[in-house]
Amino acid sequence: MNKAKTGRAKVALSKPSEGASGLTGLWRLRRPVIDPAKCTKCHLCWLYCPEGAIARGADGAVWMIYEYCKGCGICSEVCPSKSISLVKEG
Amino acid sequence: MIIATGNHAVSYGVRAARAEVIAAYPITPQTQIIEKLAELIQSGEMRAKYIRVESEHSAMSACIGAEACGARTFTATSSHGLAYMSEMVFWAGMGRFPIVMAVVNRTLAPPWSIWNEHTDMLAQRDSGWIMMMCGSAQEAHDTTVMAYRIAEDERVLQPVMFGLDAFSLSHTAENLELIDQEVADGFLPPLNPESLPVYMDPDNPVTFGNLLGPDKMMEFRHLIKEAFGRAKGVIEEAAKDLSNATGRKQHGLIEDYRSSDAEVVILAMGASSGDCKDAVDILRDEGIKAGMVRVKTIRPFPGEEIASSVRGAKAVAIVDRDYSYGFGGIIGREAASYLSKKPLNYIAGIGGRDITVEDFRKIAEDALASAERGELGIEKWWGMRGFEG
Amino acid sequence: MFVEIRLHGRGGQGIVTASEMLIEAAVLEGYHGQSIPTFGAERRGAPVVASARISDREVRRHGQVYSPDFVAVFDPLFVFRKEVTEGLKEGGTLLVNHRQKPDFPQFRVIAIDATKIALENGLVVAGWAVVNTAMLGALSRLLGMISRRSVEAVVSSKWKGDLGSKNLKAALDAFEGVVA
Repeated sequence: MNKAKTGRAKVALSKPSEGASGLTGLWRLRRPVIDPAKCTKCHLCWLYCPEGAIARGADGAVWMIYEYCKGCGICSEVCPSKSISLVKEG
Repeated sequence: MIIATGNHAVSYGVRAARAEVIAAYPITPQTQIIEKLAELIQSGEMRAKYIRVESEHSAMSACIGAEACGARTFTATSSHGLAYMSEMVFWAGMGRFPIVMAVVNRTLAPPWSIWNEHTDMLAQRDSGWIMMMCGSAQEAHDTTVMAYRIAEDERVLQPVMFGLDAFSLSHTAENLELIDQEVADGFLPPLNPESLPVYMDPDNPVTFGNLLGPDKMMEFRHLIKEAFGRAKGVIEEAAKDLSNATGRKQHGLIEDYRSSDAEVVILAMGASSGDCKDAVDILRDEGIKAGMVRVKTIRPFPGEEIASSVRGAKAVAIVDRDYSYGFGGIIGREAASYLSKKPLNYIAGIGGRDITVEDFRKIAEDALASAERGELGIEKWWGMRGFEG
Repeated sequence: MFVEIRLHGRGGQGIVTASEMLIEAAVLEGYHGQSIPTFGAERRGAPVVASARISDREVRRHGQVYSPDFVAVFDPLFVFRKEVTEGLKEGGTLLVNHRQKPDFPQFRVIAIDATKIALENGLVVAGWAVVNTAMLGALSRLLGMISRRSVEAVVSSKWKGDLGSKNLKAALDAFEGVVA
């Protein structure tokens, strides 16, 4: 946690940054895998991901940031074209 | 010179301090404070945002949010309202938001009561707030302005709550000299948002109040402890500066009244301290060397200051209008830990029963007689009546 | 100089207002004043008490008034209630809103028909004669340290227009009419 100091007196504050809570990808038991052939690039998965662990490319393609994805499966639940499947880790 | 109730004296103080956000919920006997503020805002005499909330918990939450955005904030409550607010009182204290709050001291139920007792505020004494207690409408007015200066001082940056006794101060109308706006502005500079420990600046986003493990919590708490250590000097400095600015003697940590050569000193607090002073004068006229020390600031506790003021006395009578069950009078017990000689602790005025001039006179005489018999360190519930009739 | 005053009336009769106006007038005369309402379960019609102190020095005490120098009774039906004269100093002044002077040999008793003055001045609210300004006028006169001009100033700043002039006339009628 960052101890930001905005004045003379300090309180515990955190600043937003990538991976502020560490490599949460280690928590994952099931890995979401996108089938690019079925993906319609609607970006609902990107919108719903609670961890911000889905990235979007310039062409509209999406991909998972596995360092931080906790494997909650919300992306798979909300995907209208059923193009995200959950694969057991290991 | 005007006539105003203690409550309205606070409202006028909030106006003089140019508070910018007021979030409050009404409760007897505090309601007059926020009603008057709403009136002043509506009439354009005061430029502030009044946030109507559905509870005291939300009132303090709104104050914390507004303060974090750099606004000078105010709220007021009493008794059950303060108890309901308690969770956020700790958030404000530990989060170091320099909010100012007036607490009209009222007995907590059951049985239901609207009259004065100090236990409501004292129950919040470990919340990280600087706590003060007023003795007159004039002092309530002046303390309101002083409170912002202390809270926002960069050596302190902690919230301040100050108390005034229900009805005997809150609803009693007295002579009041208002602080001129220019005097208030000279004494109290505008709040500098950059100095706030938590400042919500959209260009520099931060998260406040998230998880902190045992590895660092103690260090942050220790910073608050240090701020309270510096607060004593800041309070005395603010009292001195406001005395000079207003021409009225302001009290910071304690008020000393004829105690320097006193054989018996009464330690008093709140509205009844005036009755105590009248009693001291009567006793002096009768040839008894009496004095009074008044606790103006409760946190940081002026233990050393009290001890030095009562050093020469044969008897120290501490009058508590509050009680910690299974422990004793709260001020009595706290002060006792600083005194070399055991004081006598008088529990009086519980539930709003008057502590009269005559009561204080008899307490002083009782304390002297007890000291002569060598009976010190005793707690007495003063003026008990029994249940008959 | 230190005078303690106690006012007895009914909830809704404006005794707290009268008590505050009284000390406002005293402050105009250069005195220190204090007006203390007694709060409980106030209801319209129930007996209520307010107290006041006037002094040439700062009033420091905040306790209730237990042994007044002056007692003013706003309601004729309350004159003989026990608590009205309780603690009133011997030789103290008992001002009553009554058509005739009740007999209290130990006090200086003064009667004024404040109800009549209120009715004559059209001061009626919800069927009640509003007697507080008349009582204020009479009490101010009896206290001795409050001038007619200060009573005038306080009442005129409290109410404006028709209501203001009615209240002012009632206060001054009583100020002039009360016979010590």
